[in-house]
Amino acid sequence: MDVIRRHNVSVGGREKAQPVLFAHGFGCDQRMWRFVTPHFERDYKVVLFDLAGSGAADPAAYDPDKHCCLDGYADDVLELCREMELSDVVFVGHSVSAMIGVLASLRAPELFAHLILVGPSPRYINDEGYFGGFNESDIVELLDSLDSNYLGWSAAMAPVIMGNPDRPELGHELTDSFCRTDPEIARRFARVTFLSDNRSDLPKVTTPTLILQCRNDAIAPVEVGEYVQQAIPLSLLTFLDATGHCPHLSNPDATIKAIDAYLDHHQPT
Amino acid sequence: MNLPPLDDEPARLAFEDALLQHDPAELFDRAPCGYVSTSPDGVIVAVNQTFLSWTGYTRTELVGNRSFQDLLSPGGRIYYDTHFGPMLAMQGTVREIAMELLRQDRGRIPVLVNAVMDAHPDDRPKVIRIAVFDATERRAYERELLRAKKAAEAAEHRAVTLARTLQATLIPPRPPDIPGLDVGACYRPSGKGDEVGGDFYDVFEIADGDWTAVIGDVAGKGAEAAVVTAAARYTLRAAAVRTTLPSNALITLNQVLLADHFERFCTAVFLRLRRHGPAWDIDMSSAGHLLPLLRRPDEPPRAIGQPGSLLGVLDALTLTDVALRLEPGDCLLLYTDGVTEARRGSEFYGEDRLLSALEHYRGMAANDLASALVAEIVDFQAGLPRDDIAVVAILVPSPEV
Repeated sequence: MDVIRRHNVSVGGREKAQPVLFAHGFGCDQRMWRFVTPHFERDYKVVLFDLAGSGAADPAAYDPDKHCCLDGYADDVLELCREMELSDVVFVGHSVSAMIGVLASLRAPELFAHLILVGPSPRYINDEGYFGGFNESDIVELLDSLDSNYLGWSAAMAPVIMGNPDRPELGHELTDSFCRTDPEIARRFARVTFLSDNRSDLPKVTTPTLILQCRNDAIAPVEVGEYVQQAIPLSLLTFLDATGHCPHLSNPDATIKAIDAYLDHHQPT
Repeated sequence: MNLPPLDDEPARLAFEDALLQHDPAELFDRAPCGYVSTSPDGVIVAVNQTFLSWTGYTRTELVGNRSFQDLLSPGGRIYYDTHFGPMLAMQGTVREIAMELLRQDRGRIPVLVNAVMDAHPDDRPKVIRIAVFDATERRAYERELLRAKKAAEAAEHRAVTLARTLQATLIPPRPPDIPGLDVGACYRPSGKGDEVGGDFYDVFEIADGDWTAVIGDVAGKGAEAAVVTAAARYTLRAAAVRTTLPSNALITLNQVLLADHFERFCTAVFLRLRRHGPAWDIDMSSAGHLLPLLRRPDEPPRAIGQPGSLLGVLDALTLTDVALRLEPGDCLLLYTDGVTEARRGSEFYGEDRLLSALEHYRGMAANDLASALVAEIVDFQAGLPRDDIAVVAILVPSPEV
């Protein structure tokens, strides 16, 4: 099966222009970007996709062995770039996808022009001399809260949720299904996300990087954003006037401006 | 509105009194659920008395000073940021989200939360309105359900493992190497292989150049059938040592099945194979089982032997011993009804297809032949066989040219 179907890829903007690849974070799907992407369609080729196991990605694309760690997801990104013949890619990754982008850039630096990391965290759990914001017990609690909230995810809903491109009449249900995933996959993805430690990968990044940091982000606190900036050699940190973990939802204008300002100054003319 | 009848004086007075008590402000404060309104960022702008009583905070501690997210457990907070908030922003509403609120005394209260985001006419978010329902008992019940579900899943997993382990003891992983004879076998459990089937086969040595091969099928599936299958397999092994006549071994098995009141019938073919130079002398008897197929180099394949009684039903049996010599190049195929009774819609795989397949696969080694046949029969049923399938192929190798 081709990558378009596998990852529910949607392409917009200018066909021949530099590609901007948007990768969503843990929890929801590519629709998270919808307030931000229209702006970039004027000057760029905009590519959106759903991570394996999320949104309307093909259920068969999720492989518990491959997706046991973020490297598997990074491989998906590289496969996507290669199959779609994307190069000189501006990779915009939110939350866990920020680290997925970092790993992808380490494997194939030649494919990437810039990394734009929105609310990145290389490690969520505190460690000696490192503040990640969470204790292990917090993560266990998150898994519990996933479990209790997926009680409503019944087997009957599964076919609706897991993508029905041939049945547009399911549009309404699909809207309601936003942020819903197979509970088993959500649980695994939560573990992979919140138990990962990619601190040692950061200094190896050679791709120029912009870090977007919100005020009051409980998931990726300011300390973590600063840590990432100090660890990645060619990186800049921009603070956004936005609260929470999803500036592309809470303040899309500020998010767009910050990305624009960075790309305008750091692109070859 | 259904008003009480005017002539029912007490009911009418009670209705009017309740109507006087209805006051939107009172409703807000004393509603049987917690109400919280927040800014789009989550900062609390209004809260009702019920919420304050449940959480133990004062109004001033919350309004303007805390976000709704601040009142969540750390895990719930992540859930808010990764699911609740985005869903609210994207679709304007979330329903029945299970969370735990942190009370002022750090205790926790399980709640179910509904929320809507009201927007300005230009779509800019204006306010989030949250209704909170105490779900302490419901949550305890759901946890029980979740625990029961996990226990059931674990039990099922154990049962499948047990079934596969048990099956492995009834079906040898591969037949032994027999000098001067090429024996191959293949077994495929029914469906997804999570239940023990009743098919069994066995190939074992009695003395030098003297072997026994058995194939059989116990009625039914599951643990009870497996008990009979195990008994049948070991009874035939023991009987093979004491008697040279195949029908005698089958009679012993019949006695065991009847004496132990297994109440399951069984079919079997018992073969004695004795080496005679490059050829093999076969004595065989069938008890209600499908007759073996014989394929000789220059003849079309055909069934051989005489049908006999089922085992485990009656004391008196009609069994026939048949002798034949397998010459080099000859092949004998033993199989169970999972082969011929394989179905595609209303169509059976049948003996004719099996005979032509046997003809078609001439030249194959015994193991390849058994595997090819089983693969063909699984394909015939679109990959999901309804019954288990067992095939044993016995080939006398042609002399090297």
